[in-house]
Amino acid sequence: MLSQDEVRHIAKLSKINLSDSEVERLSPQLSSILDYFEVLQEVNTDGVKETSQVTGLESVTRPDVIIASDIEEALIKCTPHQVEDNSVKIPKIM
Amino acid sequence: MSLVKKTLKELSTAFQNGEITSREITEAFIKEIEARDAELNVFVTTTFDLARESADASDSRFKNNSLLSPLDGMPVTLKDVVCTAGIRTTASSNMLKDFVPPYNATVWQKLKDAGAVLLGKVNTDEFTMGVSTETSAFGVTKNPIDPTKVSGGSSGGSAAAVAANFCAASIGTDTGGSIRQPAHFCGCTGIKVSYGRVSRWGTMPMASSLDSVGCLAKTAEDCAMMLEVIAGKDPKDSTTPEVAVPKYTESLDQPLKGLKIGIPQEYFIEGIDDEIVSVVDSTKAILENLGAKVVEVSLPHTKYGIAAYYIIAPSEISANLSRFDGIRYGSAAEGSNLEEIYTKTREQGFGDEVKRRILIGTYALSAGYYDAYYRKAQKVRTLVKQDFDNAFEEVDALLAPIFPSTAFEVGRAPDPLRDYIEDVLTIPANLAGICGVAVPVGKSKTGLPIGVQFLCEAFAEDRALNIAHQIEQSLS
Repeated sequence: MLSQDEVRHIAKLSKINLSDSEVERLSPQLSSILDYFEVLQEVNTDGVKETSQVTGLESVTRPDVIIASDIEEALIKCTPHQVEDNSVKIPKIM
Repeated sequence: MSLVKKTLKELSTAFQNGEITSREITEAFIKEIEARDAELNVFVTTTFDLARESADASDSRFKNNSLLSPLDGMPVTLKDVVCTAGIRTTASSNMLKDFVPPYNATVWQKLKDAGAVLLGKVNTDEFTMGVSTETSAFGVTKNPIDPTKVSGGSSGGSAAAVAANFCAASIGTDTGGSIRQPAHFCGCTGIKVSYGRVSRWGTMPMASSLDSVGCLAKTAEDCAMMLEVIAGKDPKDSTTPEVAVPKYTESLDQPLKGLKIGIPQEYFIEGIDDEIVSVVDSTKAILENLGAKVVEVSLPHTKYGIAAYYIIAPSEISANLSRFDGIRYGSAAEGSNLEEIYTKTREQGFGDEVKRRILIGTYALSAGYYDAYYRKAQKVRTLVKQDFDNAFEEVDALLAPIFPSTAFEVGRAPDPLRDYIEDVLTIPANLAGICGVAVPVGKSKTGLPIGVQFLCEAFAEDRALNIAHQIEQSLS
């Protein structure tokens, strides 16, 4: 069972602010999902390799050719914040 | 027959023979959308002005004998996770409700270069996470066959768009069943391609090792026409291997005689509707009639697929969706410092299901839990994949149900774990990276569509489409 404090901790790691009522609602839901995962303990995976991808491709490279992109300005304009000198202006970090 | 009810193939042939203009086809679909979309809620954004312009350009190309492809002048829609330059792309999320991408996804660029006409962007569950489009920030898309039912998810907008005759074909995505399940709910044909067959570049990612971009249409032949255009290696997506793209439309008529098709016994789970089982049985009879041999096979790790998937997918989701921080694009909440902007933006921008999956993924990847969850799941994934490898040594394809029931009612009581478990019949194909075609075969007593899926080994889309086409021909 995930405690409400544990849910708050995961939310902090996930950078999601959660209200107390959301924590209350999510905690039993997440717990039941995590409990369900226990079914995997039935499976013997001794000596089984992990599959992280299925293509079999490794270290794919492409020619080191510079391709001009003409959307630099359009990309910066996607920000919801102010733009100054082609940079996004955000609040102080420190 | 009314224009909008025609297949993509029929429309394309009529257009290329000069019997009808692209503008006439496009206006017919627009009329249909204007008549019925208020009820169904398929579109997030319509692009009718642009569609008319593109249709006129196709008509000019016809006059100049310079048509670009069989898709030239053909109206399509895109699931709203496919980035379209200058056209709002929302992922059906408040996070991106005003986001206008500066570039095109490869899949849309290819369709555009082939002359396809874009009618608009269609609904999905938020960031493709859901089974009914009910997690969409823009509301549910209702099932055109019975609007008291959902259209399915996450590509519910695409399936409904095809079933409601709003377009000739639609691009969807399938990470754990998101093309096949809505195709089954709405009675259309949908192809989940092998991992890497179609470029994912510019299509918003959910779980990068599982995501696939495919399409939905009225027939397997229509899907084959689309796939010929959208498949292939893309230098911008390094997971697309150098595998030649076959002429899918040319192998559709191959007889099924001598083909060996397996029915995985583990797919007849407890609680599956009798009507679903009997449609699999009737499909088996059709296959045998066509000369195929149908045998029982076993995929013993099927039931562990759900748990493995719902660890792996949320883990990848938690990483992929960290990009939504309210700084570079999308919505931003007010905050006095950077941390507050991040946490409040993500609180307000994401809906419940997206938050749940980010939290599960973050938990599964966090220190102390990685081995128990993520590593274990990746090992089970290997076993699920081996099940398929073993089966495909015995048989050429698998025939299986898609979902334990027909389309369920709009507003069904929420239960996240139930929704996950119901994905049991579609998830294993994604874990293994193989391909499959969902094809409508029967109807329930209440008139709801029932589909089956044909699964084939990776990069055997031609065979899956061939089988689906032969089934459709037998039924028509």
